[in-house]
Amino acid sequence: MNRFRQATRILLATLREVFDEAAYDRFLYRKQMAVSPASYAAFRQEFEEAKTRRPKCC
Amino acid sequence: MKLEGHELDRTSKTVSLFAWLTVGLLGAAAVAVIAVHRGEPINALWLVVAATCCYALGYRFYSKFIAARILALDALRATPAERLENGRDFLVTNKWVVFGHHFAAIAGPGPLVGPVLAAQFGYLPGTLWVLAGAVFAGCVQDFVILLFSVRRDGKSLTEMAKEEIGRVGGFVAYTAVIAILVILLGVAALIVVNALKESPWGTFTIAMTIPIALLMGLYLRRIRPGKVLEVSVLGFILVLAAIWGGRWASLNPAMAQAFTLQGTTLAKLIIVYGFAASALPVWLLLAPRDYLSTFVKLGTIALLGVGIVALHPTLHMPALTRFVDGTGPVFAGKIFPFAFITIACGAISGFHALISSGTTPKLIARETEARMVGYGAMMAESAVAVMAIIAACVLQPGIYFAINSPAGVVGQTATAATATISSWGFPVTAADMQALAHAVGEQTLFNRTGGAPAFAVGMAHIFSQSLGGATVMALWYHFAVMFEALFILTILDAGTRVARFMIQDALGHIYKPLGRTSWYPSILATSALIVSAWGFFLWQGVKDPLGGINSLWPLFGIANQLLATVALCVATTIIIKMHRARYAAVTLLPLAWLVAVTFTASWHKIFDPNPRVGFLAQAHILAAGPATTATARLIFNNRLDAAVTAVLVVMVALVLIESVRQWITVLRGSEEARVKESPFVMTRLAEERG
Repeated sequence: MNRFRQATRILLATLREVFDEAAYDRFLYRKQMAVSPASYAAFRQEFEEAKTRRPKCC
Repeated sequence: MKLEGHELDRTSKTVSLFAWLTVGLLGAAAVAVIAVHRGEPINALWLVVAATCCYALGYRFYSKFIAARILALDALRATPAERLENGRDFLVTNKWVVFGHHFAAIAGPGPLVGPVLAAQFGYLPGTLWVLAGAVFAGCVQDFVILLFSVRRDGKSLTEMAKEEIGRVGGFVAYTAVIAILVILLGVAALIVVNALKESPWGTFTIAMTIPIALLMGLYLRRIRPGKVLEVSVLGFILVLAAIWGGRWASLNPAMAQAFTLQGTTLAKLIIVYGFAASALPVWLLLAPRDYLSTFVKLGTIALLGVGIVALHPTLHMPALTRFVDGTGPVFAGKIFPFAFITIACGAISGFHALISSGTTPKLIARETEARMVGYGAMMAESAVAVMAIIAACVLQPGIYFAINSPAGVVGQTATAATATISSWGFPVTAADMQALAHAVGEQTLFNRTGGAPAFAVGMAHIFSQSLGGATVMALWYHFAVMFEALFILTILDAGTRVARFMIQDALGHIYKPLGRTSWYPSILATSALIVSAWGFFLWQGVKDPLGGINSLWPLFGIANQLLATVALCVATTIIIKMHRARYAAVTLLPLAWLVAVTFTASWHKIFDPNPRVGFLAQAHILAAGPATTATARLIFNNRLDAAVTAVLVVMVALVLIESVRQWITVLRGSEEARVKESPFVMTRLAEERG
């Protein structure tokens, strides 16, 4: 049961990371901001600059 | 107590030995069945078993050997994620999360399309190349480049090439990346055009993803900021509704007419889309689409894997077809070298070296995790390629060739095409094709080159054996088309932006404002430059009487494998400089193979006298015929393709020569072998983890 819970936690963490939810949380923590349309807009602005430079494979 | 522990250890070793011997024997048996079985169709499970055993053995033994003997992975050495942590690019991350990131970045449409096209040789060449190529070349390249980048503060392949080989290496790597991006984007767009042309259902579904993405963007921005997983589930449900709605659109005469588009119209729309995607802010449309694409991609690959294992379909394609002689209708050229450049991403892809020296090295928490992330993720990618081979080979060969062959090869009408294909020994009738087109909700499936429609039909064929039966085959087909198109459009808009940034970075050295990514004149100029470049290749493909894929996919394959050659040159140089020359064969052999493959393929594509293979021969034949505007354009295109291939080969040859010169200098001892690694710093994470 513990292993199942651990596997679920890892899966969710992976998905949150792949879908940038974790990155948004880190951004909020770093900037000491709360969840809001304004903070999300700021996060996207900062994040896009870095993210869109990452190549994706064929 | 000590004795008991010793006995326990010995028992455990015996069990392990026995288990691995079983895996080895099972794998050998499965590969033998695939390799020697002729005549009767075989079950797809043989491919699955062979792949699973090869990957397990490769990971357990080969990657461990590389990790221990060559790279000497050190769990105590702090990685850049720890030393340079900034909460953005550099970040200590759980190894499974890094694995997810890395796999999501390397798994594009390549491992789906390449194996489908190469299936014209039969299932055997593609399968063997995907398995051997991944275990001995692709996984090795991704693994060693990742580790070398980790030891150099996450430096890119271009920077490593410059530091370890010389300025020529850096320049060639940079140019090859731009060339690959441009050709890749042109080919990717062509695949979408070929999948959607004259398909109102498919076009409607893909068109609907635009308002769905807009809705997702607004939801993310205004209603539930940051809840990406939640909105992706919502978007996925809406996309499924759009697929279902596509059926209605295809049956409604007015809607069907509006969404039935020619290849040229679709090409123009995609070029405009690409420009907008590159030049406009991304938060509203592109970011949500990217998330939606990732969601669909992960789900579909998992579903396909489960479907293949659960339903274990029969492969109808023979092990080898008559087209190993180079007369294939899908693309011309002999099995060597063309099978090995057609399948890149599933076996070895130079592009992966960019990811392995891009984001991933900045996230790795410990050096020892590089093995699972670098070697392991490439194995997963290779498994996707095996699935694609299965999806293509479950089709009756006659149907496979009818879908994938251009009209210029098999004939313009259904009767002519089926007669030509049947004469090759792959019986198919116009009635069969009509029934299949009807079953998947299309007007026709003839000449749907590019690999995506054949993959979609194969996937629909597998799923319709169980999930909903033949009645929902059309839904599965359009789900697969939507999956591929969404996937490719994401690559298209992300790739265009990446290329724009690279061009802007380079132009910034000449005139500073051009390097500013927020300066609109620069954004518009560089976007136009990149979109014109890949738009040129797209237009060339759409207008090509041989379907475009025949000339463009090999060009892409050559460019991609040449980049792998550069990556393996860098890796071999570093291994030699690390005083591990006796193990250099680990990267040197794949390098030698790739040099043989890519240089031979390039020679054929430029100089082969067969006009279906050689660019110059085709230009020559066209020049000898009646002169029209269309002919003049085709002649120019062929000469340009030949020139692009030649330039790439010459540049990579320079890197190769420069690398060999370095190896000789170091091995002779006439120059001190000095690697440009970051200094050793003891990790703090070991203490934290106890």
